[in-house]
Amino acid sequence: MRIGVITFPGSLDDRDAARGIRIAGAEPVPLWHGDHDLQGVDALVLPGGFSYGDYLRCGAIAAHSPIMTEVIEAANSGMPVLGICNGFQMLTEAHLLPGGLIRNEAGAFVCRDQRLRVESTNTQWTSAFEEGEEIVIPLKNGEGGYIADTATIERLEGEGRVVFRYLGANPNGSINDIAGVANERGNVVGLMPHPEHAVEPGFGPDTAAAMRSGVDGLRFFQSVLQTVLA
Amino acid sequence: MPTIVVEVMPKAELLDPQGKAVAGALRRLGKSEFSSVRIGKRFELTVDGPVDDTVLADVRDIAQTLLSNGVIEDVVAIRTEDDR
Repeated sequence: MRIGVITFPGSLDDRDAARGIRIAGAEPVPLWHGDHDLQGVDALVLPGGFSYGDYLRCGAIAAHSPIMTEVIEAANSGMPVLGICNGFQMLTEAHLLPGGLIRNEAGAFVCRDQRLRVESTNTQWTSAFEEGEEIVIPLKNGEGGYIADTATIERLEGEGRVVFRYLGANPNGSINDIAGVANERGNVVGLMPHPEHAVEPGFGPDTAAAMRSGVDGLRFFQSVLQTVLA
Repeated sequence: MPTIVVEVMPKAELLDPQGKAVAGALRRLGKSEFSSVRIGKRFELTVDGPVDDTVLADVRDIAQTLLSNGVIEDVVAIRTEDDR
């Protein structure tokens, strides 16, 4: 299975995402924002970073990149698409996911290992988790406050499309502690925390078992392997 | 050359953390007469040629699709300013 990782000007975590994909057992395929070519991949990751220096709005300029024409087409025809952090911001700017992300309520950039609850395993990126499971993956953002109008929030909650929720103190003021959401079909998922930074023992978050042994992020990529190959 | 000004503000019902930070600074400076601050954006689009209905329609479209995100912001003004 081949999973494309798109590099935009200012992407930071594209190679980390590729590494996560490789460790999960799939082949990462580097893709370029300026192309109109998805190279026949089976799934897509829009990585974290600061595309175009966060100018205009986070992810806004990247959402109008040439390759996004093909990304939107693929997402609408059911291809699994995961947006991480800046990638999540792009997916909202491209209207593939509802809502938007604004500056953290407290005004500060937050970087920490973040506890999350997996609220839905009914997506192509979360099927390898248990419903209600607690996981820990790194969070690092300045503009991660998830907002949407009341009707949208009610619909997301009612349809089980809130995929991840922050546990403990809300890091950024997100409505209902929302950390990640899915589209109706469950093939497009976006979240602010970073699964690709928790895929290899020795380099992940601390766990009760050992320092830096957390690999909860790996199951995002294992999920998509399962669902695509099923 | 004429300039078209587009102004975008965060939606009124949303928290504006930047504005809140500036309001806090004003309070600390003793400027207690200001109860709140909101920060938006002003875009200046310089036009090559005359501003006609086509250009204005284009700007209205750009303002909605690129310059603002309707989920979190509102376009509050679009106006043409004379040559400077």
